[in-house]
Amino acid sequence: MPLLTIPGEEAGLQVMDSLITAVLGYAVVFFGLVLLMVVVTMIGKIFAAKAAKAADKAPAEEPVTEVKEETDAPTAPGSAGDVKLHNVEPKIAAMLMAIVADKMQKPINELRFISIKEVE
Amino acid sequence: MNIGETLLKLWNESGFNAIISGFLADGGWKSLVMIAIACVMFYLGIVKKFEPLLMVGLAAGCLLTNLPGANLYHSELWTAFMAGEIGFGDILHDGGLLDIFYIGVKTGVYPCLIFLGVGAMTDFGPLLSNPKSLLLGAAAQMGVFLAFFGATLLGFTGPEAASIGIIGGADGPTAILTTSRLAPQLLGPIAIAAYTYMALIPLIQPPFMKLLTTKKERAIKMEQTRTVSKTEKIVFPIVVTIFVVLLLPDTAALIGCLMLGNLLKECGVTDRLSDTAQNALMNIVTILLSLSVGATMVAENFLALETFYIIVLGVVAFILSTVGGLLVGKLMCWLSGGKINPLIGAAGVSAVPMAARVANTEGQKANPANFLLMHAMGPNVAGVIGSAIAAGFLLKVFGA
Repeated sequence: MPLLTIPGEEAGLQVMDSLITAVLGYAVVFFGLVLLMVVVTMIGKIFAAKAAKAADKAPAEEPVTEVKEETDAPTAPGSAGDVKLHNVEPKIAAMLMAIVADKMQKPINELRFISIKEVE
Repeated sequence: MNIGETLLKLWNESGFNAIISGFLADGGWKSLVMIAIACVMFYLGIVKKFEPLLMVGLAAGCLLTNLPGANLYHSELWTAFMAGEIGFGDILHDGGLLDIFYIGVKTGVYPCLIFLGVGAMTDFGPLLSNPKSLLLGAAAQMGVFLAFFGATLLGFTGPEAASIGIIGGADGPTAILTTSRLAPQLLGPIAIAAYTYMALIPLIQPPFMKLLTTKKERAIKMEQTRTVSKTEKIVFPIVVTIFVVLLLPDTAALIGCLMLGNLLKECGVTDRLSDTAQNALMNIVTILLSLSVGATMVAENFLALETFYIIVLGVVAFILSTVGGLLVGKLMCWLSGGKINPLIGAAGVSAVPMAARVANTEGQKANPANFLLMHAMGPNVAGVIGSAIAAGFLLKVFGA
């Protein structure tokens, strides 16, 4: 029975037709998602390139003096200085500090974090 | 008015009389069995919390349709409809409440509206930050096609086998849409199998995860993925709609609604619509869908050997899909030099977010500092797209 004439509620499928349909169906799913993967990867690269361009432009536009002013700026009231991060992303560290402050029911600027280290 | 005659008439027209007088000849015992099954489903939904939002409605539909004399659902009307003898107008005129609800299943409206809500609740960020996840979503559709093959060997017709196979996609709305189009007589058992196994994923998957991976592989910590920009998240649903629907036009309803829901969430200017799709609309459609699918569990269709086969093939499909995802996960682990934890492959079976949670839990058992959830969400949402493509293919091959 040729593959394209399989439909028909009454007729049972031949084993070979059924196997071919199964293999073909799996291949179509893979093809569709691989195609999508290529497209998504390309979109990601385009946006990453745009973001890199924007990042390259941004510091050039800022006057050097302003940067210096920023680094010399006094710390916020209640700040206890820098926290040492050992193998921890700044984002994760910020999240951990926020969680600790929340659990302790204390404002974050009243707590002093000395270092955060990932336990292996 | 003669009180005796009135009481006799009340008795004669009651469901109790229908069950007792037709206990053997008219299948009264079958009604009792179905009522018992409905009670078991209530127990599974309420006490065991197996997909309770759907299971309670399915059980209620099953109960109402099997109470003799209630006349809320007429399978004979739908048989005539399938034969082209009557139309939706006749169903509206002659049908009961559940017949009218069922029109939404038959037309494919409810599954698509559910997908709209699912899209509005889904964050495709993990998928966008790691597009390779799509391969795992594809691999985990293996169970769909192997169960389809197995069902044909057991003598099911092509459309029936396709409907049984799609249980392996672990995606309720997709299974309901495919079955309502291809084999509506199997809708009840297929929906029950799909939702029960989705609820049982924490029991079904872990043994195969442990069997197919080493402790060292399960303990692999994956690197943090990149941050995805807002614009990428807005562009993604539009691009997916264009590419997938151009590839398989039969997926237009499911993928279109899924991606529209996601666009409503991500575009930032339709918060009210996104909120409605996620909550009010989703809840209303869930009630209508579960009741009307449950109503198809009429004794004559449900109490058959086919139901047993469907239940068995359903779990086989789930297991094979898990195995498919794990095997490709292992391959990717090897090709990446041990940077990818193969457990995330098992999350490719859809069933968002349950499968991703199971991958995370198993990863943490091997290494308590391992957090795989966000990495597993990529294959998990890829599985939703993968199962929709698989359904589109089967509808294309076996659809009328």
